[in-house]
Order: sequence, then structure tokens, then C-alpha cells
Amino acid sequence: MDVSFIAVQLLSGLTMATLLFLVASGLTLIFGVGNVFNFAHGSFYMLGAYLAYQTVSAWHGNFWVAALVAAIGAGILGMMAEFLFLRRIYGRAEEGGFQILLTYSFILVIDDLVKMIWGTEYKSLLRPAGFQGSITAAGVTMPTYNLAIIGIGLLIAVLAWWILARTRPGRVARATALDREMLGAMGVNVPRTMTLVFGIATALGGFAGALAAPLRSVTPGAGIEVIIDSLIVVVIGGMGHFWGAWLGALLLGEVNSFAVAIVPEWASVVSYVVMVLCLIFKPEGLFAPRQVRKA
Amino acid sequence: MERDTDLKQAVLWLVVFAAFALVPVATASKYHLLLAAHILLWGLFAVAFNMLWGVTGMLSFGQALYFGLGAYSVGLMVKHVGPGWFLPGLGLGLVCSVILSLAVGLLIIRVSGVFFTVLTLAFGQLAWQITFRWYHFTGGDDGVQGIIPPGILGNGLVYYYFILILVALAIWLMHRLSQSPMGVLLRCVRQNPSRVPFLGQSVRFSQLRIYVVSSFFAALAGSLMAGADNSIHTDMLYWTTSGEVILMSVLGGIGQFFGPFIGAGVLIVLQDVMGAKTEYWPLMIGIVMMVMVLLLPRGLVGEFQALRVRLKSLVASR
Amino acid sequence: MECILKLDGLEKAFGGLRVTASVSFSVKEGELSAIIGPNGAGKTTLFNQITGHLLPDRGKITFVGEDITGLSPQQIVKRGMGRAFQITSIFPEETVLENVRMACLSRRDEALSYFRPVHRFKEATDQAFAILESLGLHQQADRPAFELAHGDQKLLDIGMALGLEPKLLLLDEPTAGMSPDERQLTRDLIRRMWKEFNLTLIFIEHDMDTVFGIAQTVRVLQLGALLAEGTPDQIRSNPQVITAYLGEDLA
Repeated sequence: MDVSFIAVQLLSGLTMATLLFLVASGLTLIFGVGNVFNFAHGSFYMLGAYLAYQTVSAWHGNFWVAALVAAIGAGILGMMAEFLFLRRIYGRAEEGGFQILLTYSFILVIDDLVKMIWGTEYKSLLRPAGFQGSITAAGVTMPTYNLAIIGIGLLIAVLAWWILARTRPGRVARATALDREMLGAMGVNVPRTMTLVFGIATALGGFAGALAAPLRSVTPGAGIEVIIDSLIVVVIGGMGHFWGAWLGALLLGEVNSFAVAIVPEWASVVSYVVMVLCLIFKPEGLFAPRQVRKA
Repeated sequence: MERDTDLKQAVLWLVVFAAFALVPVATASKYHLLLAAHILLWGLFAVAFNMLWGVTGMLSFGQALYFGLGAYSVGLMVKHVGPGWFLPGLGLGLVCSVILSLAVGLLIIRVSGVFFTVLTLAFGQLAWQITFRWYHFTGGDDGVQGIIPPGILGNGLVYYYFILILVALAIWLMHRLSQSPMGVLLRCVRQNPSRVPFLGQSVRFSQLRIYVVSSFFAALAGSLMAGADNSIHTDMLYWTTSGEVILMSVLGGIGQFFGPFIGAGVLIVLQDVMGAKTEYWPLMIGIVMMVMVLLLPRGLVGEFQALRVRLKSLVASR
Repeated sequence: MECILKLDGLEKAFGGLRVTASVSFSVKEGELSAIIGPNGAGKTTLFNQITGHLLPDRGKITFVGEDITGLSPQQIVKRGMGRAFQITSIFPEETVLENVRMACLSRRDEALSYFRPVHRFKEATDQAFAILESLGLHQQADRPAFELAHGDQKLLDIGMALGLEPKLLLLDEPTAGMSPDERQLTRDLIRRMWKEFNLTLIFIEHDMDTVFGIAQTVRVLQLGALLAEGTPDQIRSNPQVITAYLGEDLA
């Protein structure tokens, strides 16, 4: 293994990590703020990819406009899903289980609707103009589009952190996780906050789907692949922990990238092995703070 | 009073058993026999699953792992060792399901709620990935065909009764379990886990026990399925299989012991009637799931009973 | 009389906050005693450590001559300690009878029996029914526990603890949220239980009528530390206790 091989794999792992982070951070945000587990999060990623495809190929839009359309479209659909369906089961006994089932039913419905609208064949999307080549530095060649994804991901991560830590809506969102009732009593519109958080999270997912579309082909099964990878990320990182999602994505992205290069057949199994190892040593997630052990 | 419900249960139980025993008399069609066998096996799988979720409150999204383990033990034994090794394969599957569920269970009962669900899903998908990729050993996406039960079991009718007796026995055992002190303890674990240690019982060991029991019966259902279908496929391990068994339970009602069995029957008949007409079967079950969760969370059996109670009190109040 | 429970220099802190500060006392067998103290004095935290729910940072807990520090709740329960909760903790969907019967089965090591239907465990069932009768809950035995009135749920919680036939019973605010009439009834009931089941009983309570009406020994906690210990009369006339409860100016 020479240095450039390692560098190339590192960078491609970083690309995957960025995309995973965008999806997983939404998942973890919804869980952290609303205590809602959105099993269908990957489906919004897939919807984003299809919306981008639609904008570019049918309406001849610019790729970046398409990515924006994907984010907004997925966000609106996410808010509708929360507003029309999920909201009805908040506070019900066994809520956790029913949340999972309801969002699971979203997966089934969205998957088939996508098949009805766009068919089952693979769709592909070209990389945006200006990002079709690659650059070589210090003997390492890297497609510029991957670098763009990494850059955008970093930007979004910093922005999200800033919003959550430094702005009032961000602090409200974080506090909602602590105590729904208390905030309601303080005059914060908790249901609206929840819908909004859902919208932001699914928009992030949809945006990631659009960004990933030129790298992977767009297929109806994409949502399921992504949700399972993101689940591994949040399991590794600790559910509801923003930076945990980032570190988990980084770990999984890199491991996967090297696994694909070294043992291509078994790459997908390696992800699970990483998760199982993490689980054995720290079941609540590698980056979750230690909790008081209850009997 | 308690004995009264005992008797009712036993009668209901006998009626269902007799109905299934009479299926071969009522129809000569091999297809209908297979359909009845599917209802029995999925019903067993769903009842076993519901011991985990409906009774103990542990929502597993990975019971397909054990269902598939049972099926693949039989299938791979027949494929690699010989057609006579059907029954040893079945036994091996059951033993493996206990060992594996103990090992996995010890890892994952340390977390609860959504985390538990996610981990069961991940372990299930891990097993699916391995089976899918390990082509030389498992046949990968092609699965294994031509799994014929040995000797007299090779006769479809005999095999049907073989299934019927084993399923009846398994469900009867689980029913006894659900009525026993252990069953009450499991319900207590769901309703108020923090109180259980102060009755001198361990929440985790109770959860581990039922996880192993449920997985054992899932494996039994899977291994019998291999013989009924004469084939196995990686889909048996896929997460949609876990999803389907959950849907059956919700459909029938997770609060009742027999609810999931009835849910399995309804879903399989529905699939038989509708599945042939639409390529959008997942959309159908997605909508069914949505309706159940939003409007009928107690399931068909649960809502029916609630309706009966309401009607009774209405009549009584007159 | 022999000492049944002994605390030696118990310490517990949450973050920087000391919630149990070097608490030592011993409880005689057969004693009916109360723990009082202002809100946040660390009373429930102390119970949580005694019952194994929380691990003390330092110190030792001896129960019937055995060091039980660091044992799990279920190990401690098996050694004969029962507990009822401040916020009522029952199994809401089970019947009233089933709630108590579970405790009786657990006491008899029959709780893990997995084949015989639960109602055929005659001894446990009879015992559970007898407990319900003493508590006056027997007529509601077949109702789901969540249907009971608040006060009855509290009694049921105590009934579950009694089903364990404990040597020592800890009650956390048994009369909280009750009307004055209910309090009087509960007070009588606690004293009756204590005699009938030969219990050593410790209860946390804010209602002073209950405390001074039935306790033989009263212990006062303040800011996690044991402020005073003595008979009701001694406590009533203790200037430190008066200060703690009524404030400096009145003392």
C-alpha cells in the first residue's frame, strides 16, 4: 500500500462520510429534539435524488438549482408527514414502537410511489458543470466534485452547529428535547418546532440524496441502503448526539472506503462488524456521555 | 372466573385446530394446502414475535434472522450433506437459534426502546448480508431449491399434518407460558420495568429468556417453511420479513395472544387475493400498516373485543 | 432488641452536590420509625441507596448482619427488604390481585415458573388475597390496577411490598396526595400492618400528624446529613430541628 492509495481512499471515505453525515445528522436531530425515530429518513434521501433527477433531466434545470429543489421538496414532504401522520401518535402508550411502525409504513408507501412515478430502472445524473474533472496534488488525483461535496458538508456542519448552539431557535430546539411540557408552559410553540425540525432534517436528507445522485445511480432501493448505513452511524455515534453523528459517519465512511478497495465482496459486511465491535464495548454509542446506570 | 376463561380458550383452541385439520378434506388443491401451511407457519412466527413485543414490550426488527437461520440450517444441510439430513438440519437450526439468540441477546438487551429495535435490525441485516455474499456456501441470491422432506414426510399431506401438530404444540407451549407466572412477569416488565427489581426479579434476564424463546420458535417456523416451500431464499432473512411479521401482529392485535395468528391469516389471504392483481403489494401493506397504527392500534381482535364490551355495556345500561 | 439495618458513614454526591453526607444510624428490629426533613434533604436518595437502586460513593450498609453495599435491588429484596414508592409504582394493566400475587410468587421463587397457569399457584394466590383483605382492597381484586383511586393505588403498592414478606419495609411518603380522612385511615393501617406482619418499618413522611402519631423513633435529615434522632417527644423539643423547620427567627 503506497501513500497515494491511502490518500485516495481517505478522501473517498471522506466523501461518503459527508453524505452519511448529512443524512444521519437529520436522523439524530429528529430523535434528539423530538424523541421521534424516523425510520423513513432514507426515503427522503431517495426522494431528494429523484427530485434532482427530475429537475435536471425533465425541466433542464441547473444541478445546483436541482439540489435546492430536492432539499426544499424533501423538507416540505417531511413536514407534511409529521403534520398529517406522526403528530397523531405523540404521547400514546407504546409510542416508540408505533413511531417505528408508522415511519416504516412511510418507507413502503414512498418506495412504491417512486416506482409508480419514475419506474424501476436506474437513473443517472451528470456531475454539475465545472466539477467534472479532477485535480492532482502531490501525486494524488481527486475528482473535484468529491472535494465540493466535502466542502459543502463541512459548511453545513458548521452552520448547523452555529444554529443549534448560538441562535434562539436552535436553543429552543435543543431544549425541546429536554422537556416538551415545560417549554409549552413557557410559551414556546412545541408542535410547530417539531414540524420545523422535521422539515430541516428531511431537507438535509433530500439535499444529500441530490448530491449523491451523480456518484451513485438513482434507484428505488437507495433509501433502504442509506437508512441502514445511517442507523449504524447513529448507533456508533450515540443517538441524538450531533457530533456523534459526525464522528460516526467519518468512522464508517473511512472503514467502508478501505474495505471496498481491499475486500470489495465483503465491504458491506465490514460496516456491521464495526458496529458490533462498538456495541460490545459501548452499547450507548461511542460518543454518548456515560449515563447513570439504572437498575 | 379465571377457570371460565381457561375453558373458553381451550374450546376456541380446539375449533381452530380442527378447522386446520379439515383443510385437506375440504379441498384437494395443493395450492390451498400450501396456503393453509403458510398461515400456520407465519402464525407461529407472529405469535412467537408477539411474546417479545406485545407481551414484553421489546420491538425487534430482526426476528427474520432466526426465521432464516432455521430455514438455512435445513436447506444447507440438505444441499451440502444430503437429502436425508432434513430433520437433523431442523434440530441443528433450533440449537443454533438458542446459541445465537443468547449471544446476540446478551449484547443487545443492554439497551432498550428504539435502540433495541435498531440493533435487532442491524444484526438481522448483518446475517442477510453474509448469506447474500457467501455464494459458495449459501447459494447467495439463488437460494436453495429442491428441499424435499425425507421418507413419508415427502408426501405433501403428511407434511401438512406434521406442520399442524408441531405448530399446535409450539403455540400451546407459548400459551401456557403466557398464562404462567413467567408470562405475568414478562407483562410486568413491559408495564413498569423499574418496579420489577423491587419484586426481586431481574428485568434483563426476563428479557433475555423471552428473546431466546421467541427466537427458538421463529427458527422452528423457518425450518418448517423450508420443507413446505421446498426452497429457501435470502429474502427470508431480509428486514421486510421482520416487517411483515410485525404487521401481522399489529393487524391482529398485539394485546391478545391469538391476535398475531389471526393477523397472519388475514394478511396471507389478502396477499393471495390482492398480490396477484397488483405489483404494488408493498404500497398495500404500507397503507394497511398506516391505517392500523393511526386508527385501529388495538388490532382487529382488540378492536372487536372493545366493540363487544361497549355493546354489552350499552345493552346492560338499558 | 437486635439491630436489623445499620448505615455506616454513607456518602453520595451528584456532581458537586452532596445529597448524603456521612449518614450513620442503626435501626432496631421491630421498630416503627420515620425519616423527616425539608424537601431536598436527601430522604429518597437515602432510600435509593439502602434498596440498592443507587450505589453510595462511600460507606457501608449492613442488613441482618450482612454487608449489602453494592448489591443489586433484586439481591437485596431476596434478603428480605421491601419497598413502596413515593410516586406510586404498580403494574397498571394487571389486576389488583395479579399485582400482589406477583410479589407473593417472587417470594416463593415461583415467579419464573413457565408452564402452570398462574391462578393454580394456590398458596401465593391465597396469600395475595389475604393481603388484599387486610388492606381492604379485596373487593376490587379483579379490576385492572389503573382503575383504582389514587389512595388505593398507594395501598396496592404497599401490598406488593408486603407480598415479599419483608423483614424490613420502607415506605416513601405513604400519605402523599391523600385527603385528611384518607391519611387517618392510612396511618391506622400502617400501624396495623406493622403489628400484623411483624415488620420493621421505616417511612418517609411530610405529614407531621402521621409522623408523631405512630413513629417510635424519628430521624431528621437536613442537607443530606442526620440532624437529630430520638423519640417523637425528643425531636419535638429539639431546638436544632425547630430551627431547621421553622427558620432562625422563631427558634
